[in-house]
Amino acid sequence: MSGRLHSASRRTARWLASEAWPPFLTFVLLMAAWEVIVRVFSVPEYILPAPSAIGRETWNVRSQLAIHTWATLSTSIAAFVTTILLTVPLAVVITAVPLLRKTIYPLIVLMQAVPKIAVAPIIVVLLGSGEAPKIAIAFLVAFFPLLVDTTTGLNAVPAELLDLGRSLRATRLQEFVKIRFPTAVPFFFSGLKVAVAFSVLGAVVAEFVQSDRGLGYLIVVSTSYWKTPLAFACITILAIMGLALFFLVSFIERRFFSWYSHA
Amino acid sequence: MIRIEGVSQVYSMTGSEPVHALQDVSFDVADNQFIALVGPSGCGKSTLLKIVAGLVVPTHGILTVDGARVDGPRRDVGIVFQSPVLLGWRTVLENVMFPVEVLGLDISLYRKKALELIELVGLQGFERKHPSQLSGGMQQRVSICRALIHDPSTLLMDEPFGALDALTREEMSLELLRIWEQRKKTILFVTHSIPEATLLADRVIVMSARPGRVAADFEIKMPRPRTMATERSGEFVEYSDQIRRVIYGGRA
Repeated sequence: MSGRLHSASRRTARWLASEAWPPFLTFVLLMAAWEVIVRVFSVPEYILPAPSAIGRETWNVRSQLAIHTWATLSTSIAAFVTTILLTVPLAVVITAVPLLRKTIYPLIVLMQAVPKIAVAPIIVVLLGSGEAPKIAIAFLVAFFPLLVDTTTGLNAVPAELLDLGRSLRATRLQEFVKIRFPTAVPFFFSGLKVAVAFSVLGAVVAEFVQSDRGLGYLIVVSTSYWKTPLAFACITILAIMGLALFFLVSFIERRFFSWYSHA
Repeated sequence: MIRIEGVSQVYSMTGSEPVHALQDVSFDVADNQFIALVGPSGCGKSTLLKIVAGLVVPTHGILTVDGARVDGPRRDVGIVFQSPVLLGWRTVLENVMFPVEVLGLDISLYRKKALELIELVGLQGFERKHPSQLSGGMQQRVSICRALIHDPSTLLMDEPFGALDALTREEMSLELLRIWEQRKKTILFVTHSIPEATLLADRVIVMSARPGRVAADFEIKMPRPRTMATERSGEFVEYSDQIRRVIYGGRA
C-alpha cells in the first residue's frame, strides 16, 4: 500500500517535471503578452485590465473576496453532495427496475433539452431566497452527467459475470454489492469529475439570478459598476476553485480506488 | 448422471422468424465423464451449457441431474467462459473466493482450499496479484480455480482456451487433464477445435447448426493419461478425421 502510494507520488513528481512545465511556460508567456498589449495600447482598465491590475485588485479586497469565495464554495459543495446523494440511488433504481429504465430514464434524457439556466428564475420563484434555490439550480446542472455515467457503469458488467452470479443464486443485493458497484466505480468517478465542475457552474448561475453574496453575485455587481478588475479576480478564483475540486476528486479516486479502474 | 431429453430451445423475437437454437437434443452424460461439444458457430453449444447450468429453461424437453428435474440455476456447477471475466478490483485469491462469499460458505475453511487450488494450477506466489498483472493464460487458470472452489460435480467450459494463443492453449489443455485426473468432475467442454476435443474428451458430440442438433457422438477410446505424444498417434488422427468428415460432410 505505502509502496504503491510512494510510487504514485514519484510518478506525480516525474509528471510535474516533464509534462507540466510546457503548458505552465506557455501560460506565463500569454500573461506577459497580455500585460504588454494592455500597456502598449493603453487599454482602459474597465475594458480589459492587465494581469498586474487584476492581481493588485485581488490583494486590495482580499478579505471581502474571501467571504464571497467561501459562500460560493460552500454552495458548490452542498450542491455536489446533494447531487451524489440523490443521483446514486436514482441510478441504482433505474438499473434494478426495468420498468423505470423504460419509463423514467428516457424522460430524464429528454429533459436535458431544457436549458437549465433558463429554468433558474423559476426555481427562485418556487423556492424563494436563501441556499435552497441555489442548491437546487446547481443540482439540476450537475446531476445529469453523474446519472448517465453511474447508470452506464452499473450496466457495464459483462453478461458472463451476471450469469456466474445467477448460477450461484446470488441475491439482488449481492449482485449489486459484489459485482455492479465495483464495476461502476471508474464510471462513477468520471461522472463525479464533471459533476463537481458543474456544481460550481450551477452555484455561480444561481448567484447571478438571485443572491446577495458569492462570486457570481460579485461579478454581476462589479461589472455593473465598471469595476472590471474585480470581476476578473472572481473569475480567476472560480477557475482555481474548479481545478482544486477536480483534483480533490481525482486524488480520492487514485488513493482509495486505484484497483477499480484496472478491471 | 446428467440426462438431456428432447431439449429444444426457440428464441422468438418480435418482427422476425423464431430462431431454433436447439432442436430435439438428447444425450446422457455419466458421472465424471469428459464430454467435448464440437460444432460450427450457431449450433447452440453455448445455449446447451446454459441449460445444463439451469440458467436457461428449455422451451421443450427435460433436463435431469441424478433423476431430479432442473428448473432453475443449480449451484452444483462451475462455469468457465471464453474470457476469464475476473473481478479486476480483487486479488487472485479474492477472485477464487468469490463463489464462497456468494454461497455463504465457511471463509477460513475455503481459504485453505483456494490456496491449494491456486497451487494446483501453478499460480503460487500470485495470490495477492490483481488480474491486470497476469497474462491471459494465468487469468484463465484463476477462473478455473474459481469454478472449482465450491467443489461442484459438473464443470461447464465454454471455449475456455479460445482466446489464448496456440502455445498457451496446448499447455492449458494438458493442464486441464492433469487437474481433472486429480479432481474428477463431469466436464462439458465446448470447443471449435477438433484436435482439442479429441485429445481431451471421453466422448466428442458433434453438433450441426440451424437448428442445432446432435450430428454424431464419438466415444474416444484412447488410453489415459494423454500427452502431446497422443496427438501423433494413428488413433488420434483417425478419430479427428472421422469428426472432420461429419462436420464438413463430403467436402473434407
